[in-house]
Amino acid sequence: MKELMKGNEALAEAAVRAGCRFFFGYPITPQTEISEYLARRMPGVGGVFLQAESEVAAINMVYGAAGAGARVMTSSSGPGISLKQEGVSYLAGAELPCVIVNIMRGGPGLGGIQPSQSDYFQATRGGGHGDYRLPVLAPGNVQEMVDLTGLAFDLADEYRSPVYILGDGAVGQMMEAVELPPDCSAGPAKSWAANGCRGRGKNVITSFFMEAADLERHNLKLQEKYRLISSRETRGEGYLTEDAEVLVVAFGTTARIAKAAVKAARAGGVAAGLFRPVTLWPFPAEQLQQAASRAGAVLTVEMNYGQMVEDVRLALQCRLPVHFYGRGGGMVPYAGDICNQIMGLGGDDHGYCGVKPA
Amino acid sequence: MGIAVSSRPETLTGAGFHYCPGCSHGLVHRLVAEVIDELGLRESTVGVASVGCSVTAYNYFNLDMQQAAHGRAPAVATGIKRVLPDRLVFTYQGDGDLASIGLAETIHAASRGEKITVIFINNANYGMTGGQLAPTTLPGQTTSTSPAGRDVGSMGHPIRMVELLAALDGPAYLARVSTHNPAQVVKARRAVKRAFEAQLKGLGFSLVEVLSACPTNWGLKPAEAMKWLEKNMLPYYPAGEFRVAEGV
Amino acid sequence: MKGVIPLAVKVSLILEKNRCKGCGLCVAFCSRRLLRAGEELNTLGYHPVEMIELERCNGCGNCSVICPDLAIFVQKEESL
Repeated sequence: MKELMKGNEALAEAAVRAGCRFFFGYPITPQTEISEYLARRMPGVGGVFLQAESEVAAINMVYGAAGAGARVMTSSSGPGISLKQEGVSYLAGAELPCVIVNIMRGGPGLGGIQPSQSDYFQATRGGGHGDYRLPVLAPGNVQEMVDLTGLAFDLADEYRSPVYILGDGAVGQMMEAVELPPDCSAGPAKSWAANGCRGRGKNVITSFFMEAADLERHNLKLQEKYRLISSRETRGEGYLTEDAEVLVVAFGTTARIAKAAVKAARAGGVAAGLFRPVTLWPFPAEQLQQAASRAGAVLTVEMNYGQMVEDVRLALQCRLPVHFYGRGGGMVPYAGDICNQIMGLGGDDHGYCGVKPA
Repeated sequence: MGIAVSSRPETLTGAGFHYCPGCSHGLVHRLVAEVIDELGLRESTVGVASVGCSVTAYNYFNLDMQQAAHGRAPAVATGIKRVLPDRLVFTYQGDGDLASIGLAETIHAASRGEKITVIFINNANYGMTGGQLAPTTLPGQTTSTSPAGRDVGSMGHPIRMVELLAALDGPAYLARVSTHNPAQVVKARRAVKRAFEAQLKGLGFSLVEVLSACPTNWGLKPAEAMKWLEKNMLPYYPAGEFRVAEGV
Repeated sequence: MKGVIPLAVKVSLILEKNRCKGCGLCVAFCSRRLLRAGEELNTLGYHPVEMIELERCNGCGNCSVICPDLAIFVQKEESL
């Protein structure tokens, strides 16, 4: 049976169902509902919700809890995610599993509270200092806020890595009917956790290697992990890509709007298609190449000034012209405007192609 | 029959300390280890190492440890204790870590009454990075970033952490001790034990501030450094128990 | 005094030379001035402490309490 839920709350409920019993967060729009929902929900499942004194404190509480062997999550938006970056680098270096949710808002700086996708670089290029990458999952609707949360916890434990869920203010705030998964266990037992050395040698959780040779060895181990994740965990979805001559590439909420634009373009006589990456890292390059196999042009649409488009160009190895259309500052693109862009690339000059702005 | 009066604690790995000759870190590591041995809790303790000269404390303590970012140990310890409420959880931090970059985490963990124990090494400078100004550097004290001596007009006054935390309701045990002679070291050990016991009894946050010597950065021989500590630090940072909750 | 059997207590100091950093704290705090800086070098490159007149040691333990490097220990042997 489906339930009508707000995106942020659906994500929070999905975390609980995935066995997450520890959440450390801090209020910031547009994701505060995640904290508020878990403040109500955690006590009932014997879990812990703690509002930390800052996003910095929160990510370090996550570090402690993850090192102790628990399934743990934190969430924030732009400025708060920036504050967390030192902690995220430490989590990656110490190989600690956890889930970090960014419900993106307009930036840079204090920016605004309306949706954006301007933290793509920050999420996919590590975000903090040092050589590391993190799996990044991009939900496109409220059901995916549920489904990708469970996946995030599983990936985190399997690879001993933090995992990002990169949403935006639109999918965080909107309400849709969702199917929730059953409760599952708290994940596998972790023999590496620092939880008291009864009956074994001591465990140490650290990202510090004073000797360069040791640190290099550690980094090579991390790189091998990232290679493995890249080979196994890419996810993407195609829509009308089999015969697409103009391929639109978009993620998250933007993809949803782009889908309407693609439909309108088809009605207008252009063979448009849509490829939607679901993992932003590892980027689904092979699936994208496949989707673009018949295309003569690619249009990347984002709620930023050009971030994922760089990965699109890299994936297509500059074989095709890759165009970009984006809106930022919290403005959400109109399907009609995207359609006009598509039509322009498809050789027709219809101008406004009959799809009304939302 | 032989009775050893003293010996290496089981809670220490026995690895030689990298600390400078006369540094109080080795002393305090030993005290903490002795108390954990006495309580029989080596296998159910989790320690949190911080950033400073003691960053590799996890090489010296023979128990599970996590290494925390600079200043964040109380937050890391909070995460650990909330997941493992029946373990003994302690942090081991220097003055830059605890009172500068980590001041918010220190105060909030204390205010929440987080059931952790903080061992705070106050040696009036940032040791690891070569002796810079710390929030605990005394007025007039020369450091590499206050070469003309700490000028309170532009650099502010030192922070008395134990007194600051004593204004909060969360802490159950707050004490300041010294290491400048054997009698003080014995008192320090007693305070560490009371702090751990406060945690074990579930009474709240506990902290022991340990006035410590840093001979290298103070530019003094170890025995002189102990004298300097006694003469200059004690008057500013008086020893004593500043909070002893009922039941401790 | 009834019921008291005199015990002979033999005190020995155990010095782990290759842990000692020659910091001199035990020398400064020995209640009977029985320790001094040595001349030889140990494996760490320091001059470890030396014991003089060990027979006068009363096992007060100041040295082992103040030592930061687990380099000096007091051992007491009690016999009838």
